[in-house]
Amino acid sequence: MNLTLKIWRQKDSKAKGQMVDYKVTDISEHMSFLEMMDVLNEQLVNSGEEPVAFDHDCREGICGMCSMYINGEAHGPDRGVTTCQLHMRMFNDGDTITIEPFRAAAFPVIKDLVVDRMAFERIQQAGGYISVNTSGNTQDANSIPISKHAADEAMDAATCIGCGACVASCKNSSAMLFVGAKVSQYALLPQGQVEAADRVRNMVAQMDLEGFGNCTNTGACEVECPKGISLENIARMNREYLSATLKG
Amino acid sequence: MALDSKVPKGPIKDKWTDYKNKIDLVNPANKRHIDVIVVGTGLAGGSAAATLAELGYNVKAFAYQDSPRRAHSIAAQGGINAAKNYQGDGDSTYRLFYDTVKGGDYRSREANVYRLAEVSANIIDQCVAQGVPFARDYGGLLDNRSFGGVLVSRTFYAKGQTGQQLLLGAYSAMNRQIARGKIEMFNRHEMLDVVIVDGKARGIIARNLITGEVERHSAHAVVVGSGGYGNVYFLSTNAMGSNATAAWKIHKKGAYFANPCYTQIHPTCIPRSGDYQSKLTLMSESLRNDGRIWVPKNLEDVIAIREGRKKPTDLSEDERDYYLERRYPAFGNLVPRDVASRAAKERCDAGYGVNQTGEAVYLDFASAIERYGKEQAKIHNISNPTADKIYELGQAIVEAKYGNLFQMYEKIVDQDPYKTPMMIYPAVHYTMGGIWVDYNLMTTIPGCYCIGEANFSDHGANRLGASALMQGLADGYFVLPYTIGDYLSGDIRTGKIPTDTKEFDDAEKEVTDRINFFVNNKGSKSVDYFHKKLGKVMWDKAGMSRNAQGLTEAMAEIKAIREEFWKDVSVPGTADEMNPELEKAGRVADFLELGELFAKDALMRAESCGGHFREESAELDGPQKGEAKRNDEDFAFVAAWEYKGEPADAVLHKEQLEFKDIELKQRSYK
Amino acid sequence: MSGILNSSIGRKFAMALSALFLMIFVLQHFVINLFSVLSPDTFNEISHFMGTFWVIQYVIQPILIIGVIFHFVMGFVLEIKNNKANGVKYAKNNGAANSTWMSRNMIWSGGFILAFLIIHFIDFWIPEINTKYIVGDMSGMYNGEFRYFHELQEKFVPIWRVALYCVGFVFLALHLLHGFDSAFQSVGANNKYTKGLKGFGKAYAIIIPVGFIFIALFHHFNH
Repeated sequence: MNLTLKIWRQKDSKAKGQMVDYKVTDISEHMSFLEMMDVLNEQLVNSGEEPVAFDHDCREGICGMCSMYINGEAHGPDRGVTTCQLHMRMFNDGDTITIEPFRAAAFPVIKDLVVDRMAFERIQQAGGYISVNTSGNTQDANSIPISKHAADEAMDAATCIGCGACVASCKNSSAMLFVGAKVSQYALLPQGQVEAADRVRNMVAQMDLEGFGNCTNTGACEVECPKGISLENIARMNREYLSATLKG
Repeated sequence: MALDSKVPKGPIKDKWTDYKNKIDLVNPANKRHIDVIVVGTGLAGGSAAATLAELGYNVKAFAYQDSPRRAHSIAAQGGINAAKNYQGDGDSTYRLFYDTVKGGDYRSREANVYRLAEVSANIIDQCVAQGVPFARDYGGLLDNRSFGGVLVSRTFYAKGQTGQQLLLGAYSAMNRQIARGKIEMFNRHEMLDVVIVDGKARGIIARNLITGEVERHSAHAVVVGSGGYGNVYFLSTNAMGSNATAAWKIHKKGAYFANPCYTQIHPTCIPRSGDYQSKLTLMSESLRNDGRIWVPKNLEDVIAIREGRKKPTDLSEDERDYYLERRYPAFGNLVPRDVASRAAKERCDAGYGVNQTGEAVYLDFASAIERYGKEQAKIHNISNPTADKIYELGQAIVEAKYGNLFQMYEKIVDQDPYKTPMMIYPAVHYTMGGIWVDYNLMTTIPGCYCIGEANFSDHGANRLGASALMQGLADGYFVLPYTIGDYLSGDIRTGKIPTDTKEFDDAEKEVTDRINFFVNNKGSKSVDYFHKKLGKVMWDKAGMSRNAQGLTEAMAEIKAIREEFWKDVSVPGTADEMNPELEKAGRVADFLELGELFAKDALMRAESCGGHFREESAELDGPQKGEAKRNDEDFAFVAAWEYKGEPADAVLHKEQLEFKDIELKQRSYK
Repeated sequence: MSGILNSSIGRKFAMALSALFLMIFVLQHFVINLFSVLSPDTFNEISHFMGTFWVIQYVIQPILIIGVIFHFVMGFVLEIKNNKANGVKYAKNNGAANSTWMSRNMIWSGGFILAFLIIHFIDFWIPEINTKYIVGDMSGMYNGEFRYFHELQEKFVPIWRVALYCVGFVFLALHLLHGFDSAFQSVGANNKYTKGLKGFGKAYAIIIPVGFIFIALFHHFNH
């Protein structure tokens, strides 16, 4: 199929960007979206132009590196997939596809479609861990039984890949789904209880400091999340935060 | 230089404990005066960085991604082995040790493997304490599953995302140290050289991938945990950015590279669909528990299927060749990875591949669905169920077991694997070879360590499922943090290593010269053009089955591609900006050298062992006819190569392998 | 506890609490109005009670007014903050693919409700305050009978006012269709035990405004 691509080009974080039109031809419907981008870039390199910079790595939907806003949706029109797993069969011959970086004040553009998601790192450094040193004699793994239900729910929260689609999709650029998932994973496990109150307070404070917006519960994040992280995680974070704050 | 593995004396079960009791330590007050660089932040690098920082060292950690949690350890699906014996099925440290050595086709170092088995149980304890949500049973205790090649259930798992969860655990431990200021994290940085001062590794040259700035970083020791080199094949299940540059740079500065030809080719990956393909996707090995692998018996049917005139479901049982069940009646579809991969290649080479590219076989769940369906009908007391009802009941069971994998397959291939058989083909997945290290995990450069997939140590010629995660974390959490203290205890009075010395000047100049060469070369071909060309030679001549002629040709061809690359590569953009093409160019330049050494090693090793199959070394008659033939008399050694300029001139050093606690046997799966 | 309004979740929580309070108020307002259809006498009695009982006049009424003002001010503050968090706008954004129109446009439905409330205050509340506290007539009587029902009927004679109120109620419905669930989510009530709330919320958001519309129309056609 032949396609017209409207792609955001921006030289570096300080430059002013703009949408630029490109044409690609003979795209197979079996290609992944990023393979289509590879074709475009090969074309650009061969004609001496600078290829489009975009983040990607594992190309199997687990590393969370790829991050494009395709036709007005994070990771494009398919559900439950990252951009690298989006396939060209979702598009038709002759389509015009708009490709933009994930947008949020807290995710500044580094170049073209590459954005800086270090805000997520700093939020996790603020408390996204259990304080335990490495030693050969931590207590036996089976010494604290954890109900299957809690373990499964913690696992569901822990599948978050930190790609930032939630922020990009949110009309308020809120990071609450991401932070909610991280808070939930530890809040659901007994190991995480000791530091639970400090953790949620510190992570939320850091989230606010980074300049993410307020959640207004539109639910867009849950729909666009490639890993299906549930809004229940935000509700859980709200409970955790309120009880931590009210306790002082 | 003679290789000294520094394996401690004494009985194998006491070696590690005795050794730990006797090695030198650095006192806590002195640790804060010592800097350690860790390159790579996957399971091995991440866990090492966190643990070293907890101990009190100042750690500088480097990752080319924007976060340590994106390292490709995250893609491991199945699980992690540990000799916990929670299932009471007779597992023990010795049994895990034995299985790993045997699975590696007797080409690993006994003492290292025993230590790995010994600390495996600690890994699970540590990860649970960190909040890794391993699967649990209804009693709240940890669940296990079994994996190929072993007789016990010792694999711990977190759904199909064990690697991800373990990496997030190590990452959270890192975060805690970053917050404490003990780890300085350098995201989007790539190590481009190691700096040697007075014969010791004292720092690295790294490029900031956002600004393009070339930076100097000094430390008292350098740890490389940068993963494997599977991307030398261009197409592999590795991440697009996975590269051998850090490992190759230390090799060029004096670290020996061991057994480069040992590559694991995983049998169940989604086949290539065209030339545009950028990477291959793995489907968990667990699928072979219920899937039957086949190709059509008659070539006419193969052609008809390729042309779309017939569907696989049209073929009767008589018209199908379940070749694994035919060739290996005892193990059937559950033969080890290397055997299954070679058998698929044999059928496809004979013209029986079932897709357009001729490189695919079927993995069929129809009989499993029917079997489960009938079972369920019995359980639910349904008498005379219809075929549709049986199918429906069976599908529900298969969906519960493999639902996420089936969904992933459908997203990629756009076919419903419940209705038509999956297509699979082997793909490069893991590299057992790597930088040679001694018992302390130190390379042949003093002060330079290598951990995880990047080193050669524990898997011999073939890795068992669920062992990679175990090795990465063992090295990072429980081995390196002890052994490195022994070396660093000599450095407590050294003081900060200055970076304004000639050694750093020279190393930086070498790096910037190369970068400038690339951006100024203005050739006519893209980096990918050369990478794909290299990949094709590697796959065709140093892939699943190898012979002397092909390998000799491969060496010459790779050399020719390398020469063309340096003449004609085109890298747009400049050096002082984010420039992904420039990053790729540096990595491919290293692969073009590594590939040749790989072929040289494979040529030298004129035996078949594990993932390395030499056509000349096969059983000629008897019940094992056509199977791999190992040659313990001549090849029970580690091949460690010393860099001498051209890869073809590399000098071989042998570390003889001694097996005192395990008897060498032939692996048979008939 | 101090500074809870400085955190994103704290603000969200306060927004939800004021919303829940207002939803209870709207419900009781609706129930009272319903009596104007079922039994004008009862309606008069309740109106008089509400209008003269000191707890309601001097305690609940100020709280309500503060609640309304808080909800609006906070709504606007959050909107401004959220706009700032957005950075560069997308060239193409397909919001309809992942969220409802109502959820994305609370500021608009809320804004129209504010405009409606101002009119509503001018129509009913200001004359009421004038009669009771400026003129000083606390009797609630006019020509020997309760004035409330009569005044209500008078207001709904002009068709333009009825139409205006109906539009106001439509915006109320749109606001509640997202707002009800949203308030519960914000206070943390979203888990497997609260699935039933969603259906109840939808019913609330439709039945109450439709009921108000019915009452307005009823009085227009039956005076």
